Amino acid sequence: MIFLNFFISGISLGSIYAIIALGYTMVYGIAKMLNFAHGDVIMVGAYVCFYAVSRYGMNPFVGVVLAMAVCTSLGIVIERFAYKPLRQAPSLAVLITAIGMSYFLQNTALLLWSSNPKVFPSIIGRGSFKLFEGKLSVSHVTVLTIATCVIIMIVLSLFISKTKLGKAMRACSEDKGAAQLMGINVNATISLTFAIGSGLAAIAGALLCSAYPTLMPTTGSLPGIKAFTAAVFGGIGSIPGAFLGGLMLGVIEIFAKAYISSQLSDAVVFGVLIVVLLVKPSGLLGKQLQEKV
Amino acid sequence: MTMRRLINLKRVEARRIYLTYFIVIAAYVICQTMSSTKFLSSSMRGMLVPICAYMVMAISLNLVVGISGELSLGHAGFMSVGAFSGVATAILLQKVLPFAPARLAIAMIVAAIFAAIAGFLIGIPVLRLKGDYLAIVTLAFGEIIKSLLNNFYFGVDSGGLHFSMLTDTTRLLKGGRLIIRGPMGISGIQKIATFPAGFILVMIALMVVFNLVNSRSGRAFMAIRDDRIAAESIGLDITKYKMMAFVTSAALAGAAGALFAMNYSTIVANKFDFNTSILILVFVVLGGQGNMLGGIIAAAVLTILPEKLRQFSEYRMLLYAVVLIVMMLATNNAEIKYFLSRLNPFRRKEEAE
Repeated sequence: MIFLNFFISGISLGSIYAIIALGYTMVYGIAKMLNFAHGDVIMVGAYVCFYAVSRYGMNPFVGVVLAMAVCTSLGIVIERFAYKPLRQAPSLAVLITAIGMSYFLQNTALLLWSSNPKVFPSIIGRGSFKLFEGKLSVSHVTVLTIATCVIIMIVLSLFISKTKLGKAMRACSEDKGAAQLMGINVNATISLTFAIGSGLAAIAGALLCSAYPTLMPTTGSLPGIKAFTAAVFGGIGSIPGAFLGGLMLGVIEIFAKAYISSQLSDAVVFGVLIVVLLVKPSGLLGKQLQEKV
Repeated sequence: MTMRRLINLKRVEARRIYLTYFIVIAAYVICQTMSSTKFLSSSMRGMLVPICAYMVMAISLNLVVGISGELSLGHAGFMSVGAFSGVATAILLQKVLPFAPARLAIAMIVAAIFAAIAGFLIGIPVLRLKGDYLAIVTLAFGEIIKSLLNNFYFGVDSGGLHFSMLTDTTRLLKGGRLIIRGPMGISGIQKIATFPAGFILVMIALMVVFNLVNSRSGRAFMAIRDDRIAAESIGLDITKYKMMAFVTSAALAGAAGALFAMNYSTIVANKFDFNTSILILVFVVLGGQGNMLGGIIAAAVLTILPEKLRQFSEYRMLLYAVVLIVMMLATNNAEIKYFLSRLNPFRRKEEAE
């Protein structure tokens, strides 16, 4: 029964990773860049939600929607001013810019909201369901997290495969030049990808802080890196891959915490990343890319 | 050997190398005189050794980022391996070798060896990757080193050396000393790091890197950086050369870590986190990738400046972030580059060259 408890909390943590990983995997698939600042967009989303709910007394769901609006615009602005001018630049330059952007967000948050940790109010309270005569308790947040993740996955998969915009996104990730020739507005598509990824980051931020209620300017960075690990694990560029990778990573992390050592759990998670990259660099569900000379 | 190689170099290149040595020596002489005539405030004197350590870190990371063209985000990890192994060595030698400079030298050599071993072991998996993946895996290794050191216990007693992971199970005999105490790190370090020692380390690092860069291997590094596929097609062993740059860089970082640690009485593994890696990256980027002198100056300026501008200390990291973004935009975007070149009053001269 304890095992099942750990498994469920692993799935719940993994669902959050999966939502964050979606942002990484979509941006990587289209812009071919690692958006290091994604984790910090989560933090911004969580702060917006926190202030909306506890300072201005809004309904938590209105708070989440507000956070999504803020993060979506933030994502578009970041893309426009930091990444778009570097479209033709070497990937090292883009990566360094993204790291700079991550630090910029963290330190702006530090100045605006100070480094004192804030206690995030859970968006649906702290209650839990009791199963098997109270032996197994599953908190409402856990259920909400898993349900949200599944819904997002279904909606996003349908969006990518059925709509015209989704088709444009797939075309851009395949070949930007050819997509442009076919009349697709590549820049707008990339902006859209950033917007969707950042909007999802706001949801992930609210869920993450409902489950682990300490909110600090550095809250987003470690989950961000772990979610990137999840995206790589599942195969970067693949949406079902992000889902699968996120869930597996969450379960691995919780089991490592429970059965190995809570201090070494991060080391175990990063160890997984290294092993995956060595054994199957394209990830579980990723496509093998051939290098052209 | 060094002299002949320098004479054979293109004159511009040789001039730049001599200029770098000259500036470093001149800066050392000035600081040393100012320090001995009490002209330097005590807070500035306390910063001389960390500045030297950061300079070596900048040189070392520049070899990976600037010359070999791979982004390492875990360089602080090698620094911490060097710091812990170096300090532990110094403590073990305390009774045997009372002469402090010799102890410091041996500690730095041991630190360099340990860091080089770590660099080699990490390099085996890491250097098979490239680009963003390589960067993220070096970051992962940096974090792994940090959490391993945070859970590492190491002690000595009459029975020999003991170490354990996670919990302290070394069970030292009476009179033994627990040197590395997990998350508490090492405390009670004798501060034997001196400014002259730091200066010598900077000079050694410069010599190693300049000689390496201007050798056959150095040209191979740059060929691989500029076009990996072309370099591979003319028969260069990519992994071998990348490993060479990576291990050299790790060894220098380890020695710098030992120097850095022996300037304080206590060190903990959390001191060498991702922020430290980024700080060193900022030195390299601000100084210019591949430009050793630039990195050295950036390391000095960015260590002194925050101390002098205490009242703005909250804005320090924000400033670093802006520096990273602006430097990248300014050097990589055609429009911004053109705009900046129009602002430059020496534009004509540069074009004529």
